[in-house]
Amino acid sequence: MSRSQTRADAALRAPSPLFDRPAAPAGILNSNKGFLRALGTLAVVLLAVLPFINATPYLMSIATSALIYVMLAMGLNVVVGYAGLLDLGYIAFFAVGAYISGIFTTVLGWPMWAALPMTIVACIVAGIIIGAPTLRLRSDYLAIVTLGFGEIIRITANNLQITGGPSGIHGIPTWSFGDWSFSDGFTLFGLEFPQRVVFYYFVAAVVVLVGVVGAGRLAKGKMGRAWKAVRDDEDAAEAMGINTYIAKITAYIIGAVWAGIAGQLMATHLSAISPNSFQFLYSALILMSVVLGGMGSTPGVIIGALFVSLAPELLREFSEWRFLIFGVLLVVVMLFRPAGLWPSTAILPWLKKLKPVPPPTAGFMAVPAASANEDLETVEGEETR
Amino acid sequence: MQLIWNGLIVGSFYALVALGYSMVYGIIKLLNFAHGDIYMLGAFTGFATLSAFGISNETSIPLLLVIMLLSMVTTGLIGVGIERIAYRPLRKSPRLAVLITAIGVSFTLEYAVRQIFGPNPEAFPVRLESNGFAFAGMRITAAQIVLVVIAAGLMLVLAHIVERTRSGRAMRAIALDPQGAQLMGINVNRVIATVFFIGSALAGAAGVMAGAYYGSIDFLMGFIIGLKAFTAAVIGGIGNLYGAMLGGLLLGLLESFGSAWFGGEWRDVFSFAFLILFLTFKPTGLLGARVVERM
Repeated sequence: MSRSQTRADAALRAPSPLFDRPAAPAGILNSNKGFLRALGTLAVVLLAVLPFINATPYLMSIATSALIYVMLAMGLNVVVGYAGLLDLGYIAFFAVGAYISGIFTTVLGWPMWAALPMTIVACIVAGIIIGAPTLRLRSDYLAIVTLGFGEIIRITANNLQITGGPSGIHGIPTWSFGDWSFSDGFTLFGLEFPQRVVFYYFVAAVVVLVGVVGAGRLAKGKMGRAWKAVRDDEDAAEAMGINTYIAKITAYIIGAVWAGIAGQLMATHLSAISPNSFQFLYSALILMSVVLGGMGSTPGVIIGALFVSLAPELLREFSEWRFLIFGVLLVVVMLFRPAGLWPSTAILPWLKKLKPVPPPTAGFMAVPAASANEDLETVEGEETR
Repeated sequence: MQLIWNGLIVGSFYALVALGYSMVYGIIKLLNFAHGDIYMLGAFTGFATLSAFGISNETSIPLLLVIMLLSMVTTGLIGVGIERIAYRPLRKSPRLAVLITAIGVSFTLEYAVRQIFGPNPEAFPVRLESNGFAFAGMRITAAQIVLVVIAAGLMLVLAHIVERTRSGRAMRAIALDPQGAQLMGINVNRVIATVFFIGSALAGAAGVMAGAYYGSIDFLMGFIIGLKAFTAAVIGGIGNLYGAMLGGLLLGLLESFGSAWFGGEWRDVFSFAFLILFLTFKPTGLLGARVVERM
């Protein structure tokens, strides 16, 4: 190998660092990542154990609804938190999912799993219909158009024959695979799982795998970084070569699909749907859970969704006041803590106090002036040789 | 012909609310979601005042005018208060934060009224008599004429303020360039507060008129009209006052014809679909200038 080639190789090689960096902190209590991972594992274990602790129909029903809320909130988090698009008619996609699956299973008699692709396609189409014209415009136009879209879907569902008009669709079947369906229950190692528990596990699996982990992974990929760039500065993102329109519309469609899946789960869960479940109020509630928890922050959004969905159960006496309190909370959070309760950039409080390890550069700084000059001379000498 | 006349009346309500939307948007580029709720507050202020005096089933027009003035002042002050508490601290924040705050304000107003007056619709104490006369194939009541005349009068006053007075000139200057206006010695905060006062007062007036026209009010009445007023503002070209008036009247006419052709239950779908079409093909509206977005 010729000498010039080795030199070219050397030029291409990344320069070796001047000093070794300390290893990234690991462990449950010493790093954010480890802590979040441990917290996630704990949450999954809790979800799995919950039916063994208390499997009353009431608790199972609340837990299933809360999980569906988490799914919705994670979907809206993609739109609002990652891509920075304000969607005020998010419940419309939820309605599309619920109604499409309801119509396909009751009117056409399809099994529930076969309706899932239909739901997803319908949500993608709806997302493109609304997103394509409005995402080219300023972001605040999107807010009001989605608000109008939410009303259009609700009024349409109220007026059409096929959606059952104001009384909605009744008797939506549960999921069935071949001969076996959730209503048959499930027996494993002599343990009997009734329908509601099986469905709870199913919802939990979908929400954790698709809703939380799926959305979280998307946000870390190339597309997710493009979303965040568009959110932070659209012009700069465009200058960096991101197709901002494509980035925005993908975020919008992914949000729509998440809501559609949640809608299908809700249709199965309640087995009856009516236009009244899809009012603007619910769009605002989901937005609230995303904003309160922290836009773009997975743990924050989950906590926000659990808070918003469980608050009416926990605070029964205040149920009259809760919307007023939510409204005030929204303003107060935006004024004083705009990043939410658990911001996406949060650092665990006990980690803040740790002093950063000083880099071992002391040796470089302390080189006496004379020897530094000597070094320089040898370098020059090498060049002349 | 009847359709045209009905459309004009509804359109004049839309135009009054759309004016406030458009003024606020023109000056600080904020979609004030709470604007529809200010309209609702106007109706409830009138209701509360009249109930306090024990008046019900009145039909006198002077009384209506007095109540309207009172409601205008109240809602105007509420509008200024909202701007001071919720919007001013966030003027330098990202747009998303302000939009979310606006939704929070809207929610707060709606459910505060629900806590005070209850969730059921209330009968508005002043009703306008419904016996009218026929003219050129239309059935017209005196009350309708009064409403249209009041709305037109308010719009003329507004046009005079914006075009002819010192503060109107300041408003137009801030809409063009807030920093430049400040450098020229304009008190930007005070002018913005004035804009909120005028816009909210117009919405309050529309609320009282709607209460007297339809006869019943409830705490969610502002939601749909807020959306409609935005549609009207977009049709006319948002930020443009004459555009808002024109858009309001046009939307009223469109709805009137739309519900006659497709049936009343599709009225709202019709107007929102129209909004989406308009935003797709002519986002600047009929009278709006093409705005170059500044970096």
